[in-house]
Amino acid sequence: MKVTEKDVSYVADLANLELTEDERTRMVRDLNSILGHIDNLNELDTANVPPMAQVSELYGVDRSKTGCERFMYASREDVIEGLRKCLPHDEALANAPSSDGTYFKVPKVIER
Amino acid sequence: MNPNGLTIDAARSAIQERKATAFDLVDAHYEKIAHEDEKIGAYLTLSKERALEKAEQIDVLARKGDPLPPLAGVPVGIKDVLCTRGVRTTAGSKILGNFIPPYDCTAVARMESAGAIVLGKLNCDEFAMGSSNENSAWKPVHNPRDLSRVPGGSSGGSAAAVAADMAVATLGSDTGGSIRQPASFCGVVGLMPTYGRVSRYGLIAFASSLDRIGPFSKNVKDAATVLGVIAGRDPMDSTSAETPVPDYAAELNKGARGLRVGVAKEYFGEGLDGEVRASVEAAIQKLASLGCEIVPISLPHMKYAIPVYYIIATVEASSNLVRFDGVRYGYRAKDARTLSQMYRRTRDQGFGAEVKRRIMLGTYALSAGYYDAYYLKAQRVRTLLTRDFEEAFKQVDAIVTPTSPTAAFKLGEKSDDPLAMYLADIYTVTADLAGICGISIPCGETKEKLPIGMQILGKHFDESTILRVAHAYEQAG
Repeated sequence: MKVTEKDVSYVADLANLELTEDERTRMVRDLNSILGHIDNLNELDTANVPPMAQVSELYGVDRSKTGCERFMYASREDVIEGLRKCLPHDEALANAPSSDGTYFKVPKVIER
Repeated sequence: MNPNGLTIDAARSAIQERKATAFDLVDAHYEKIAHEDEKIGAYLTLSKERALEKAEQIDVLARKGDPLPPLAGVPVGIKDVLCTRGVRTTAGSKILGNFIPPYDCTAVARMESAGAIVLGKLNCDEFAMGSSNENSAWKPVHNPRDLSRVPGGSSGGSAAAVAADMAVATLGSDTGGSIRQPASFCGVVGLMPTYGRVSRYGLIAFASSLDRIGPFSKNVKDAATVLGVIAGRDPMDSTSAETPVPDYAAELNKGARGLRVGVAKEYFGEGLDGEVRASVEAAIQKLASLGCEIVPISLPHMKYAIPVYYIIATVEASSNLVRFDGVRYGYRAKDARTLSQMYRRTRDQGFGAEVKRRIMLGTYALSAGYYDAYYLKAQRVRTLLTRDFEEAFKQVDAIVTPTSPTAAFKLGEKSDDPLAMYLADIYTVTADLAGICGISIPCGETKEKLPIGMQILGKHFDESTILRVAHAYEQAG
């Protein structure tokens, strides 16, 4: 077993999840089963293979440039009003579970 | 007007020639939905007001005798991961159960500008994570061809709605096979465009380096027509490409003669159902008889695609889904006393089991000490998979494979075994990782009358070629 109950608690903490006892037990089983399959990747020697994060690297990029210059194709001039108008305040707050009409409201962060 | 078998061309010309109104078409589709959808479960939300208003606009145009736009009066459905202004959009999740987007997804806006009429929002696996639509927080979708079976996923509602004539065409999204696999299971056409071909603005993100939006339709020409409408640069998505958009529907007439079609042995190995194999092999024979040159090729890293995919997709998902925290939109847990408790309980109560599993896997793969072993390793193998396709496309113009190793499976059959479910995507995930385009078209049936799908993969931005092959096969009957 690669993933233990302790690992699951630690990762759940990082992911802002609580998980019930049952869910934790099942998670240990499922993650081990999936990671077991993922370990097949270790058959491959990839020491000299560059990592690929984005398909867009394959087109549009000016390969003669380095750093952010390579990705100039995707940039545009900044515009104050944005390409779409900013949402009016009330529309931006309309989906909020709790607001006072000006701000989103959340439970107290600092105890006094 | 009878919605059964209705295509885009037929719908549009009926309205243009004043044989039917857009209102008639919309009405007939809503009637069909009222009769059929209780047992299928494709729609989550109907947007009747918006549809009738749009139909009225089209009918005014038609009465004036003006030339109509390409999708005029065409009733369509939209997967519930695509934002629709003023129309509830849940992504199949409880955490967005009451979310009303304040803006439209670019693809939806382009469909409507071209005259399409949005009937409603279509069921899917929660946040597009699944291969059977059983992960929808609301209800499963039943395959219209056999109600005891799944429609595939994650765009199960989008495939089922077209198969059951509850929409002329629909939009779905594909991250690991979520357009092509359900198209195959339901016996319709499903097209995944090249990464960057269609703007992702307004698509609720699952894995941003993989996600695509694409159409489901009743025939290949309709898929070409919808693609022509939704494709093209959008300043709201910096990964959308400047590459010019050809007239896909006109390209179809070039036929498939002389095209080199690759067949990779890796897609016909262990795990492939015998009936699916026989159908796809017969389809390849037919392509040969239509003048395609069949070329044996190899994609040697294909067996690593599922492990690579389930690292990259879950890593990106774990990051994208951080935004669901109960603050700005969606569900918030009622009983929390501190902010941190509120985040945790909201996410615990709001997300379903598969979404939590993927967030956990992705977070684990990114956590200290595992980044190199999992995420970096997967990114390196992604390069190898992509090179396989680059090599193959030096020899061929398109690659033909089965879309899925089996026809539609039974509801409940795989829902307890995540790994078995993931392996249902084995033939589709490679194209997502490499960023290339792919289409699934029907190519026969099993003895039990279940549809079988053939997948045709093409080079970056070469949708025209795969559409030509698909169209030639379809026309040959």
